[in-house]
Amino acid sequence: MQVSEVRYGDSLVLTPVGRIDNSTNDGLKAALDSHVANCRRGGDRLVLDFSRVDYISSVGLRVLMLAAKKVREQDGTIVVAALQPVVREIFEISRFNLVFQCFATVREALGKVSAVALAAYDSAGGA
Amino acid sequence: MALWVTFWGTRGSIPVSLDCASVRDKLASAIVSAAGKGLDTQEKARAWVDTELDFSVSHTFGGNSACVQLDAGDGEYVLCDLGSGVRAFGNHVFSRDGPSKKNTFHIFQSHVHWDHIMGFPFFGPAYVPGNKIRIYGCHTNIEEALRRQQDPPSFPVPFDSLSASIEFVTLQPGRSYDIAGWSVTARRQNHSGDSYGYRFVRDGRVIVYSTDSEHRLDIPDEVEGAATFFADADLVIFDAMYSLAEAVSVKEDWGHSSNVVAVELCQLANAKHLVLFHHEPANNDERITEIWRETLRYEEISRIGPPLRVSAAYDGMEIEL
Repeated sequence: MQVSEVRYGDSLVLTPVGRIDNSTNDGLKAALDSHVANCRRGGDRLVLDFSRVDYISSVGLRVLMLAAKKVREQDGTIVVAALQPVVREIFEISRFNLVFQCFATVREALGKVSAVALAAYDSAGGA
Repeated sequence: MALWVTFWGTRGSIPVSLDCASVRDKLASAIVSAAGKGLDTQEKARAWVDTELDFSVSHTFGGNSACVQLDAGDGEYVLCDLGSGVRAFGNHVFSRDGPSKKNTFHIFQSHVHWDHIMGFPFFGPAYVPGNKIRIYGCHTNIEEALRRQQDPPSFPVPFDSLSASIEFVTLQPGRSYDIAGWSVTARRQNHSGDSYGYRFVRDGRVIVYSTDSEHRLDIPDEVEGAATFFADADLVIFDAMYSLAEAVSVKEDWGHSSNVVAVELCQLANAKHLVLFHHEPANNDERITEIWRETLRYEEISRIGPPLRVSAAYDGMEIEL
């Protein structure tokens, strides 16, 4: 699975692409694993941009949960943004919308997690 | 030949019942919904209730703990688990057969946690001389568990006072047995103290009873094993007690599964009909209905082959195969 990374100040935006299921979740896990350790109080904030994810299965959601658990143990911040309608439904059905803060856009998510990141995002033209 | 599955108990962990406030709310909702419908006879009202009123208002999913009957119409009584629902089943047998007919009951135990055995002291046919009760399972402590719950000070009637002939038969998981006309295979499941699912085959039709199992779809061997066990099943009765978020976080290792995993596993196994079972006791009728509707939607979203039919079990539900 392709997962792109863009840094805005003290925040990282990870953008997975495609379906997250049994055959692809390893890619998401690898991308998260490489950043979760530094997602702690005073460290990086993680924003998962789901604008290019069209489906996520229970296995993919489990990967998110493991990352969230680790981040919370470290008093860090991980949020989700830009869910496509179908994936938003999956979050609601699975109750993952109660586990993750979900934002309509990446900009809104960055604004919530870090003023520095939002300023960096806006100065970069919001892309 | 038609096969029937009757659900006598569908609740997980502990029996529950409707309380006064719930009945009052249902009545109020029904009265408001009925306004202007011209329901001036019992017949009209019943027809409207059955066809127009939302199930969560017109009925209840019920509150007995696990007990499911498999019926091939041959007079053999085959059950899965001895939860509190077996009391109603016993009463049904008395009503149908009268008090003097002697029967044989074949009972398959998923495990011996209390909610799955608590109905046995109230199973009327166990008190009738001449009845035969054969209790099958892969645990070796089923007899101990059933005896212990009737020992003082827990119950006034000791197990040895039961007049029926009661026999315990230990099964080996993975081995197929011919019992009461069914080919039955057990599979070990992930649950505290282990539980066992059962795959019943008869006349080319397959029924899988898989309750009290925490299915882990992130473990390839587990996925393959479960999908093989569920393969091409006409009916899968599945423990969907928790939401996925609960099952992989605060309730991880509690030994139960979710509606989302149920759908994915059934789709992978090419099963035809999923029945959500072992309902969370904290969930009311409205909530279970909501979960059922969400499960229908998730089945649409995740569909990879033919549509999977999805039902939510309720006490008294009958399914013909």
